[in-house]
Amino acid sequence: MSKKLIHAIFDDEEILLSSVKELRSKNIEIEEVYSPFPIHGLDKALGLKETRMAITAFIYGCIGLTFGGLLIYYIMISGVGKSWPMNIGGKPNFTFYQNMPAFVPIMFECTVLFAGHLMSLTYFFRNKLYPGATTMSPDPRTTDDKFLMEFVVDNNEAEIKKILKATGATEINEKEQGDE
Amino acid sequence: MHQESEIRDPLILGKKTYHDITKEIALPVEGKANKYWWILFGLSVVLFLWGIGCIAYTIGTGIGVWGLNKTVNWAWDITNFVWWIGIGHAGTLISAVLLLFRQKWRMAINRSAEAMTIFGVVQAGLFPLIHMGRPWLAYWVFPIPNTFGSLWQNFNSPLLWDVFAISTYLTVSTVFWYIGLIPDFAMIRDRMSKTISPMKKKLYTLLAFGWSGRAKHWQRFEEVSLVLAGLATPLVFSVHSIVSMDFATSVIPGWHTTIFPPYFVLGALFSGFAMVETLLIIVRKVVKMEAYITIKHIEYMNIIILFTGSMVGIAYLTELFMAWYSGVEFEQYAFLNRATGPYWWAYASMMSCNVIIPQLYWIKKIRTSFIATFILSIFVNIGMWFERFVIIVTSLHRDFLPSAWTMFSPSFVDIGIFLGTIGFFFVLFLMYARTFPVVAQAELKTILKSSGSEYKTRSHE
Repeated sequence: MSKKLIHAIFDDEEILLSSVKELRSKNIEIEEVYSPFPIHGLDKALGLKETRMAITAFIYGCIGLTFGGLLIYYIMISGVGKSWPMNIGGKPNFTFYQNMPAFVPIMFECTVLFAGHLMSLTYFFRNKLYPGATTMSPDPRTTDDKFLMEFVVDNNEAEIKKILKATGATEINEKEQGDE
Repeated sequence: MHQESEIRDPLILGKKTYHDITKEIALPVEGKANKYWWILFGLSVVLFLWGIGCIAYTIGTGIGVWGLNKTVNWAWDITNFVWWIGIGHAGTLISAVLLLFRQKWRMAINRSAEAMTIFGVVQAGLFPLIHMGRPWLAYWVFPIPNTFGSLWQNFNSPLLWDVFAISTYLTVSTVFWYIGLIPDFAMIRDRMSKTISPMKKKLYTLLAFGWSGRAKHWQRFEEVSLVLAGLATPLVFSVHSIVSMDFATSVIPGWHTTIFPPYFVLGALFSGFAMVETLLIIVRKVVKMEAYITIKHIEYMNIIILFTGSMVGIAYLTELFMAWYSGVEFEQYAFLNRATGPYWWAYASMMSCNVIIPQLYWIKKIRTSFIATFILSIFVNIGMWFERFVIIVTSLHRDFLPSAWTMFSPSFVDIGIFLGTIGFFFVLFLMYARTFPVVAQAELKTILKSSGSEYKTRSHE
């Protein structure tokens, strides 16, 4: 059996935010909020977990730094550097640490390259964003000036509607899950 | 909600709703181009084609078609390269550094400034590529396992650092730009009707990556933007520092100075902001963004130009002082020759355009005038081109052996390629202005209530 959904439209992000707080305090589960721009404090009001994007960036950065270091170590010191030692501009390649200052720029760039791109790819992957994906938003106005709250009804339809009306929703629509 | 002091000038003018912002920013994409756009576009295409012709001639015949000689073996190519890279820096400063400093005025201009960055870096990248002589072997600059035995790059060389710095800069800036663009493409997608413009609808659906604006996505969006800004900030400083090391790690008098990295980075920001102003003063008129790109934005940028211009002036004087103080005859002569030698006019243009003229921004009337700003920004663009020319050509043309002393004059190919890149840049920028949302509307909507003029007066009452 398909589930019943309620779509509530709001015109203003502050009204939406206070409505979210009201609903959450009554223990009503909000399925999703669609908005045209980020709303400050909405993630906390909805009880969303903190995102771990920054942590992934740190890990990817460490991988990039290691990759850059090993790449240079192989090319300049251990592998090729061993069979063809060079001393360019007073930067001898006998040991890694002696030559280190000259390697810093590329190791830094590798760190940024890996952290930036891999985090962005993780972001696309986690948000399911890719060319050709279709929008999940039930109402095209949510990228313009309307804010949409979605509920899955579980015998509490009347209560949800009452609170929504009281807290300033401008439209309340009922939908069956799956129909567009 | 975020509160803003009442004495701060509004950043969005007029009576606007969220829907007005949507409509006005989608307008250039949905509407038809006007006459001026076509004239500018046509002119740029002509320049671009001329540039392509000159590039083809260079590659087909050899670098001998340039004005270079044995003494002056680096001239317009590297001058243009540094000039274009420098221009790019302001875009990243606006979108990354100002984001970290929570400067709200960044929001109306960051999209176009970053477009300028990306298009500028593309032009910059062309010059080393052409200068290779055999551009089809350009991939040799990357450390790729190869069949030539143990042939690898020299990681001690600043030229290789440049390869890494510029590739990272170009690609990370592009990704940063695109992540911000996705919600705005989604806005345009949702406005396009399936029946009136099915092709356009399809195109923007593709570009929007299926963005729907869920709360979790916005949360990730904000964190990713912040982290990318945090990564781009040291990146942008590293890029121009590394570009300056192309010169500073050599032993040529006039190049071998430790002041180069900060001096180049400030110069880059200086020239970049001038180019942002040149572009935006035109863009705000052509695509009718007067309510979003206001005189306040221009004034903020003028203050940065005044600051960086003065810093660049201090760097010029420091260079002169250090040359004298070093007691090294050759170093001293290099600078004496710059200021009073046969290229004195280049030095004089650099000094007047970069140091003296921007001082006019101390006057509030000039700082808050579109016309004055436009004229001054052109001066800065020219001055900063001359700065690179002065550093490169006047340091080389009188080298260690007086018998080798000579002058440099550009051939028509040198000039053609430079004009070609200007054409290419404007072709890209003009196409961007017609197809992309030129203002980051999703971000802008977040400050409407705190910085919109209508809301500010209302809260005052």
